[in-house]
Amino acid sequence: MRWVILAILILAAVWVIWTYNLLVSLRHRIQNGWKQIDVQLKRRHDLIPNLVEAVRGYMKYEQETLEKVMQARSRAVSSTGVKETAQAENLLTQSLGRIFALMENYPDLKANENVLKLQEELTTTENQISFARQYYNDLVMRYNMQQEVFPSSLVAKFFNFGPSEFFSVPEAERATPRVNLSLQA
Amino acid sequence: MAGSPEHEALDFAERQSRNRRLSAVIVFLFLIFFLSVGLSVDYLKLDAFTPGGPQFPLATVLALAVSTGISLTSYYWGSDLILRALGAEAPNLELPEHRELRNIVTEMALASGCPMPKIHVIFDPAPNALAMGRDEYHASICVTTGLLLLLTREQTQGVIAHEIAHIRNQDTLLMSLISVLLGGIALLSDWSQRSVSASAYRRHGQRKNALWVVPSLFLVLFSPLISRLLAMAVSRQREYLADATAVEFTRNPLGLAQALEKIRNAAMPFHKASRGTAHLFFVNPLRRRVDDREGRLADLLSTHPPIAHRIMLLYQMAGLAGGRSPKA
Repeated sequence: MRWVILAILILAAVWVIWTYNLLVSLRHRIQNGWKQIDVQLKRRHDLIPNLVEAVRGYMKYEQETLEKVMQARSRAVSSTGVKETAQAENLLTQSLGRIFALMENYPDLKANENVLKLQEELTTTENQISFARQYYNDLVMRYNMQQEVFPSSLVAKFFNFGPSEFFSVPEAERATPRVNLSLQA
Repeated sequence: MAGSPEHEALDFAERQSRNRRLSAVIVFLFLIFFLSVGLSVDYLKLDAFTPGGPQFPLATVLALAVSTGISLTSYYWGSDLILRALGAEAPNLELPEHRELRNIVTEMALASGCPMPKIHVIFDPAPNALAMGRDEYHASICVTTGLLLLLTREQTQGVIAHEIAHIRNQDTLLMSLISVLLGGIALLSDWSQRSVSASAYRRHGQRKNALWVVPSLFLVLFSPLISRLLAMAVSRQREYLADATAVEFTRNPLGLAQALEKIRNAAMPFHKASRGTAHLFFVNPLRRRVDDREGRLADLLSTHPPIAHRIMLLYQMAGLAGGRSPKA
């Protein structure tokens, strides 16, 4: 009988250690995932002024849109924290999407090698941001779920693990973009 | 498609460990196979284990040494050997298409959480792709220039996601092991078939235990067939699984479906691929008619599932996902 109790205690201890380590490793992976997003966001901030300069000469009638992008960029650069950054960056994504859509109207731009290169660089950065975000959010979901599911929730509470924040996509980005309505007038 | 991340994560860890287990089993079988072929050659040809024959089972020891050598080589240098055989080169980042390829691979590596694999390009008009490497830290992805020309960015992304899925599920370990080991078996069975038939002629009258002769003959004659079937069975399930995992990464089943359609319509044989490497590719490079058909025989004979079926499954996923707008 004594041996049975001992075995159960050892098993319980092993399980606690395992759960604790899982939570810690998830927390580190989330931090790393956030860094990955951050790297891409910085890259985008560096690329945008180049693109705007390269297109400015061609897009004479869209100066206002270009200004808006630059404004959105400076707001995104100065933002801190997951939630605020997510909001500012999502605004930037939208205004960038507007420029890409407008670029379709200028055939001269498609012949410019420099613009094409910048466009590909920005496209991949956009994609990398969204994939890094996808990966980050999956990790956060696993981490938060692990803390709420019954037996592991005991460990999480005991060692004071807190839930992480999602890098959320606002409703505005999910809706169909209404690019042409405001700009063709 | 994408269930809860919790479920996925367990799923893929399970797939990884199953692949690692299967790889170990295959290496073990490979060693056993060489051992028994060596034994039967000793018995049938060199007359070891019979009174009056040589004391030392030369062929057996030789076969074991050779097979161990081949296994180790294929584990550590298998993908390098295959890449060299296919004529793969490093991408030239001055070219816009190659830069785009590098960007797409970076994107998919981020989406999967894998480290960045090495990228290679094969200058060939046949659209195809493959992934190799013993684990995600030693992985390479290889794409033909034909594929880059044919597909749009979004479609290439689907193909690359499929290849990264092979890497993350550790199919690549199993696949590259099989392709090098299969090459070894093919070589050996050719050689032993010749020696057995020669010995059958010369020593027709001699007494040998029929109980031993029959299985060893069977082994020598049917081994190439058995090993081929094994490779095929192992490869086909994995293609479906990799398609599903690719959709987890891109969340865009249509990109991959369109890529498959385009490749099917533009298909041409890829001459540098052989029977030993066919199962590594995105679509069957040998391009036999059975690949487009379904049914028992086609299932048994092909290294790849029918493209039409793969496309259908992907469109189903797109329907289930509510037709989300594609990225990129």
